[in-house]
Amino acid sequence: MSFLELFLTFFMIGAVTFGGGYAMLPMIQEQVLLRWGHIISPESLINFVAVSESTPGPFAINMATYIGSVVGGQEGGWLLSVFGSFCATMGVVLPSFVVILIVAKCYDKFRESRVIKGCMTGLKPAVVGLIGGAILSVVLTVFFPAGLTWAVFTQVDFYVSLVIFAVMLVLAFKKVHPILLICLSAVLGIAAGYLL
Amino acid sequence: MKRSAKDLFQIFGAFFKIGAFTFGGGYAMIPLIQKEAVEKHGWVSDDDILEILAIAESTPGPIAINSATFIGYRAAGIFGSVLATLGVVLPSFVIILTLSFVLQQFQELEAVRYAFAGIRAGVLALLCKSLWTLYKKSPKGWPAYVVMACSFVLTAFFDINVLFVIIGCAVFGLITSRYLERRAEK
Repeated sequence: MSFLELFLTFFMIGAVTFGGGYAMLPMIQEQVLLRWGHIISPESLINFVAVSESTPGPFAINMATYIGSVVGGQEGGWLLSVFGSFCATMGVVLPSFVVILIVAKCYDKFRESRVIKGCMTGLKPAVVGLIGGAILSVVLTVFFPAGLTWAVFTQVDFYVSLVIFAVMLVLAFKKVHPILLICLSAVLGIAAGYLL
Repeated sequence: MKRSAKDLFQIFGAFFKIGAFTFGGGYAMIPLIQKEAVEKHGWVSDDDILEILAIAESTPGPIAINSATFIGYRAAGIFGSVLATLGVVLPSFVIILTLSFVLQQFQELEAVRYAFAGIRAGVLALLCKSLWTLYKKSPKGWPAYVVMACSFVLTAFFDINVLFVIIGCAVFGLITSRYLERRAEK
């Protein structure tokens, strides 16, 4: 059952997210934590955003393959893990594939369509708001892993994360390459973990 | 649009290369797509690339898949689009599958846990940067700000399915753009 669920979930994610890349994150976050929250924690999901950013290939494919392999692996050995990845990846690819084939056939109609243009004026800003919402839940995972309590302000981990976040934010806006930025974060994380 | 097996193999090979060598996906792939599909093989023209981008933005799914399917179709019909899409997906699929096994073995190690604690803070910074980039590219004006605010509040503070928010925003965009057009005509 979970293989069909993997396929259908990622099919839906692929069918309704516009813009590619991080635009898929809010939907992936919601659906994955809802359905497989007992297997995949919010932390490991964010960890994997980093892995996905530092390996080649589209973000959506990387996330689908990873989640498929973890969920499939839960059912048994590595073979089911591979099959899980396959189902999720097929699911996320298929809607784009079909839609583009249709568009490639009736290209001019599509380009002139006022309905599609109209919908896009709503969808583009929607992605901004949705990613804003996703960022808020990442903020909770990063800074308040044990829930929203005052106690967090007395813990050293909170300030370590805060410093790393601030430094990386500056570097990100200075257009430092994301992979370099992730490596630096890892080094700072390890150094803080052992030194403090 | 009949093509030989050799052409199909070339399409697969070109998109395999594109999938294997671009990090971050999406727009990062454009230069390589341009090099392979325009300069090297002439499947599409430079103008086509711009139009493909515009289409990819207004159709669902990853930009890489959208452009691979489109260019593959232009180059060699249905088979071309299947092979281009398979080519661009396969490298990620294999790499991530391998990494996912490795990661599950090592994620309990102390050093790995510390590293990922740092990395999560770094990812948050990357997400903020990407939010800013998307905001700059998004349309401005009151309907856009209403959509941004509503989609943020609904997903962040209420338990509403993202799917419904997306559909609602598309409908709202359609209605307001029609309304503004009508008013401009009067």
